[in-house]
Amino acid sequence: MRPINCIIQEVRSLAPQIRTFQLERDLDPGPGQYVMVWIRGVDEVPMSFSGPDTITVQSVGEATKALFKLGAGSSIGLRGPLGNGFVLRGKRILLIGGGVGTAPLAFLGEQASKRGMEVTSLLGFRSREDIIFQSRFEALGDTIITTDDGSAGIMGRAAAGLKELNLFEYDQIYICGPEVMMWDIISRTREHSSKTQACINRYFKCAEGICGSCCLDPDGTRVCVEGPVIMADRLLESEFGRYRRGPDGSKGPCRG
Amino acid sequence: MSSLTVHAGGLDLQNPVLLAAGILGTTGASLRRAALAGAGGVVTKSLGSVPREGHHGPTVVAVECGLLNAMGLPNPSYRNFQEEIEIARKGGRPVIASIFGSSAREFSQIARGLKADAFELNLSCPHAEKYGSELGRYPEMVESVTGAVKAAADVPVWVKLTPNTADILELGLAAQRGGADAVVAINTLKAMAIDIETGYPILGNRFGGLSGRAIKPVAVRCVYDLAAGLDIPVIGVGGITSWEDTVEMILAGASAVQVGTALQRGYGIFEEITVGLARYLERKSLTLEELRGLAGRRS
Repeated sequence: MRPINCIIQEVRSLAPQIRTFQLERDLDPGPGQYVMVWIRGVDEVPMSFSGPDTITVQSVGEATKALFKLGAGSSIGLRGPLGNGFVLRGKRILLIGGGVGTAPLAFLGEQASKRGMEVTSLLGFRSREDIIFQSRFEALGDTIITTDDGSAGIMGRAAAGLKELNLFEYDQIYICGPEVMMWDIISRTREHSSKTQACINRYFKCAEGICGSCCLDPDGTRVCVEGPVIMADRLLESEFGRYRRGPDGSKGPCRG
Repeated sequence: MSSLTVHAGGLDLQNPVLLAAGILGTTGASLRRAALAGAGGVVTKSLGSVPREGHHGPTVVAVECGLLNAMGLPNPSYRNFQEEIEIARKGGRPVIASIFGSSAREFSQIARGLKADAFELNLSCPHAEKYGSELGRYPEMVESVTGAVKAAADVPVWVKLTPNTADILELGLAAQRGGADAVVAINTLKAMAIDIETGYPILGNRFGGLSGRAIKPVAVRCVYDLAAGLDIPVIGVGGITSWEDTVEMILAGASAVQVGTALQRGYGIFEEITVGLARYLERKSLTLEELRGLAGRRS
């Protein structure tokens, strides 16, 4: 599809370097799906939906920096919604989010709650000032917060909150966050990997499933069309958590 | 089932339907997956002598009749790609390395340093400064690059031609003089799309190359002319989406075909095409060889 023109209705700052952009259009996305955001004259980058008509963005590079210069009334081009998002299953679900990765989970949790599911959340942030969407998650059910520096909730990484939970109680687990954090969780909870859906990140160029830049080793899964939500048991047997490819296709570390 | 095996461009192929360059060719895993899905051979993403990140996005935009792209030759350099080729080879089909350079010397350096079952010279990418069609539109350049790689390589050398020229046969003849084992036609057609809300060209590179259904009739004509005028095999590529398109391309004179944009529908396209092609040959009681170039013999 050609990018469709979309006016930004409102911009809200949630935390240092994290903003929510309210779009004039509801593209009818599913949680976990993404949209290619074209900041004209700069670049086009994939972004997750934090609601039916919002994207929540962390400023990390040239394109997001340019996006942060846009205010209400500015326009962007959008291709999407794209990819396979989360699938709701069961009656009791657990959401595990880290940083800006909590965005699609807040959206998912609200849909689950509307369907009458019981939602528990475990959310990790660097520090108190980085916490986002706390009230959205708390409105859904029990919410455990961790911070790396202990300034709020349990001190430590998100995995530090696992001891508060019995993962056998949940029909399905949903996870999204920095790759190192997700890897930390899914490698510690291997026995639950077949009921864990992870929303992951790779370098997308075409978002059409043909250029190959986002393919996962060893089976060549095209994350842009077969993901970005992938079952954790498949990730455990993949490159995930060990390396990822950059824009030139070469392998690099999977920080962030 | 009719046999689909074919000897084309110096390679023995299980079937004549290959994965085109630039499509799912960034990793060994995706190339292997194409091979396991039934491709007769796979062509890598084009490899150069130094890593390149490619153009800014959007790099791809779907238009009414096909796909427009300006990836900008992103690749990790040929030195960092050998291990991917080894992985791709585990798919059990020939792996053809697409390579690019800005001079005959750069091309031959890469060909000396890289191990693959064949080389495909990218003398036709329409949207990368100093590379691709910027060399490949000059017959003397095509001949000298081909000659240099032939001298450097001990495997077959294919030359991928640009349709952005008045006379593609002239380029094909140049490749043949340079010693090419086959020509591959066509690369994308130079094209662009503009955002009507803002006037911005959509592609990050402003213009790019058009692929997909829109260019198939152009490709069929190019293959027809090349097959009529050359002694070396022609590999047809451009908008092939079905077994019917494949039959048409072989009728025009193609010894094998490559599929690219149609991979949007998934890896199943290879089996879809080979099964359809085999059934067609059976129904017509024809061999692949009898089918090839039949259009040129009809008058």
